[in-house]
Amino acid sequence: MKTLKDAKIGETVKVSKINGEGAVRQHLLDMGITKGCDVYVRKVAPLGDPVEITVRGYELTLRKSEAEIVEVE
Amino acid sequence: MPCTIALAGNPNCGKTTLFNKLTGASQRVGNWPGVTIDRKTGKIRGADGAELVDTPGIYSLSPYSPEEIVTRNFLLEGNPDAVINIVDATNIERNLFLTLQILDTGIPTVVALNMMDTVRKNGGSVNAQKLSEKLGCPVIPISALKSEGVDELVKAAVAAAEGGLRPTGLPLGDGIERLVSSAEETISGKVPDEKKRWYAVKLVELDPTVSEALPEAAAKLKEECAELEKEYDDSMDSIVSDARYELIGTIVSDTVTRPVSEEHTDTVSDRIDRIVTHRIAGIPIFIGVLGAVFLGVIGFGDFVGIGTYLTDWLNGFIENPIGTSVEEWCADNDVSDPLTGLIMSAFIGGVGAVIGFLPQMLVLFLALCILEDIGYMARAAFVMDRVFRFFGLSGKSFIPVLVGTGCGVPGIMSTRTIESDRDRRITAMTVTFMPCGAKLPIIALIAGALFDNNGFVALFAYALGIVVILMSGIILKKWKSLAGSPAPFIMELPPYHLPSILNVIKGTLDRGWAFVKKAGTIILLASVFVWFLASYDGSFNYPGADATTDSILQSIGEVISIIFQPLGWEDHWELTVGSITGLIAKENLVGTLGTLFSFDEVSEAGEEYWAILATYITPAAGLAFLTFNLLCAPCFAAIGAMHRELGTWKSTGMAVAYQCMIAYAIASIVYVIGSFIDGTSPEISGIVIAVISVVALVYLLVSKDPFMTKAKAARREAVAQ
Repeated sequence: MKTLKDAKIGETVKVSKINGEGAVRQHLLDMGITKGCDVYVRKVAPLGDPVEITVRGYELTLRKSEAEIVEVE
Repeated sequence: MPCTIALAGNPNCGKTTLFNKLTGASQRVGNWPGVTIDRKTGKIRGADGAELVDTPGIYSLSPYSPEEIVTRNFLLEGNPDAVINIVDATNIERNLFLTLQILDTGIPTVVALNMMDTVRKNGGSVNAQKLSEKLGCPVIPISALKSEGVDELVKAAVAAAEGGLRPTGLPLGDGIERLVSSAEETISGKVPDEKKRWYAVKLVELDPTVSEALPEAAAKLKEECAELEKEYDDSMDSIVSDARYELIGTIVSDTVTRPVSEEHTDTVSDRIDRIVTHRIAGIPIFIGVLGAVFLGVIGFGDFVGIGTYLTDWLNGFIENPIGTSVEEWCADNDVSDPLTGLIMSAFIGGVGAVIGFLPQMLVLFLALCILEDIGYMARAAFVMDRVFRFFGLSGKSFIPVLVGTGCGVPGIMSTRTIESDRDRRITAMTVTFMPCGAKLPIIALIAGALFDNNGFVALFAYALGIVVILMSGIILKKWKSLAGSPAPFIMELPPYHLPSILNVIKGTLDRGWAFVKKAGTIILLASVFVWFLASYDGSFNYPGADATTDSILQSIGEVISIIFQPLGWEDHWELTVGSITGLIAKENLVGTLGTLFSFDEVSEAGEEYWAILATYITPAAGLAFLTFNLLCAPCFAAIGAMHRELGTWKSTGMAVAYQCMIAYAIASIVYVIGSFIDGTSPEISGIVIAVISVVALVYLLVSKDPFMTKAKAARREAVAQ
């Protein structure tokens, strides 16, 4: 099972499922990370975490621990 | 017609700019998500009796941060007559996600399609007419920044409020709509009729807050939803969100023409971002930016910052001609001695010292406003998150801390953007460890009197603030009421843009004005009070202006000063009294010491009595004095702000007690170590307290986190099953 955490910088991946529960899950859905959408991994912060992604045409940052609950193809 | 119109939209979509345009009120606008802290109201210009309510930005009506709850509650329970839903046209998909939910509430809605100028400049377009047909509500293209389309928007909003045309919400596909109809039937009569659809959709999403409010309907829905969940192999919240975004996708493809090759092209913003958040250069740039702000505001060594320069000038001006001419005038006109004393020490001395310090504050506020407006603040949080997380806080804690270097009150207030209750409370309790603008004169006093103006003292103060904040992150989360799992860090990074002069100036002046108001009220009262205590003795005789000997203040100070003897303050009760008046406002400390040392008017850093202070205490004790005053309970205004964030006076009291204890503990350590380095011998009692403090702090820092251990054990168990 591949997650957003495993995606490399510069890679575009398609979301297949959001795991997790509660506020984190809801927040990811609200921000437009839903099944079938494309996520472009833009860069990683100087200290290796968090990562910056492009989703639905805007920039979003999230930690690797949150990227881990996003399953991608 | 008197009516209430709410302004709602995503964070950072230009809501506050529009609010300023519509009402002319001076709101603060920044370029990081979450600047509007509470909702604010203002009268719409040119629309009789229409009141506009600005709300904090939200991404969805299933909120989880307190500022989002403010907005949701206002929309659902505040009964606004209409909503202006402001939509960032450059980021339309995610913005419409909220729009769909607002349309479900049945409140008459007008969509303001903002930043249309940027869309056009990039070569794209949005068909507002078609979008309006699809959404079932008026859509007005505007540019809040350039005031385009604002008049039409007001007309449409007032018409919507008067006409009461309620949107019906957009259907989300057969499977979901069947469940929504069933839910609507179940809750019929239990919720206002026009909001029925919103509640029904939330029930279908299995939203915890709404489910709790309508338990019977929720139980029934849960069964009905199971089938759909099985079919999609997903849970309801995700199914509904997916359906919304799918619907948005079809709407957008019919109405929006995107600029050619929009994907991952290099905009200017991208290029800036690549440098500023560069893997290697990112942190040096961050440190460089903070260093530049520091140099500009304060200066270092022989380099005088702009802030310091202006403040020195204003202080000189207040002293002479203002101070001297007032004194002469009093003498010429036979003003009584006590009254002259009151005017000279409370007004000119107390308030004057504070006002003199205003230019420095303004320069600092200006620097912070520019960083905020161009969008660097959010990047700084991105760069620094990893560091803060190591200490149990989030990168978002960084924003309040940085704002706190200007003034603790907005710093504490901006903790609202942190979703996690735990992180928010810890941050609100620790923001004031950072030397705020009002503490700068204390730093300058100690540096000048005891360290020959060495820039090291200011660096020490900032480093101390950061270290104590990070230490507190570790210590405080071991307390039961502050335990919990680490918060998520999911944050939008807004595009960089040139600072808007209007926004920056407004932001700077607003904060400056708040400070002046404080000087005119609390600080004046405090100065009068201190003058009274310092000038009268126990039987209310007036022995002469600030005749400090035998004054009431001396008796009070002498009693309390026993506590501070171990910190090397000896029996100098003036230092104790100064620390007490610092509670009213930190900058009071310098003025109070001036009054106590019988100076009518002292400069910002108290240069007049540097020589006296140097004979009073050793440099090590001076550093301990500084440490204590930087870390102990903040001024009353900041304590008030803390109370707002922490909720109860009990937790506020605990927070203040924690601050005072850690201030005392660390001051004792600073005093003892400083004395040894300096070659002076510290008080024996000081050594004892310092040793106890070191042991206690080490224990608190390295002892296992009882709640983390418990949480880990629970997780292991869950995995084993």
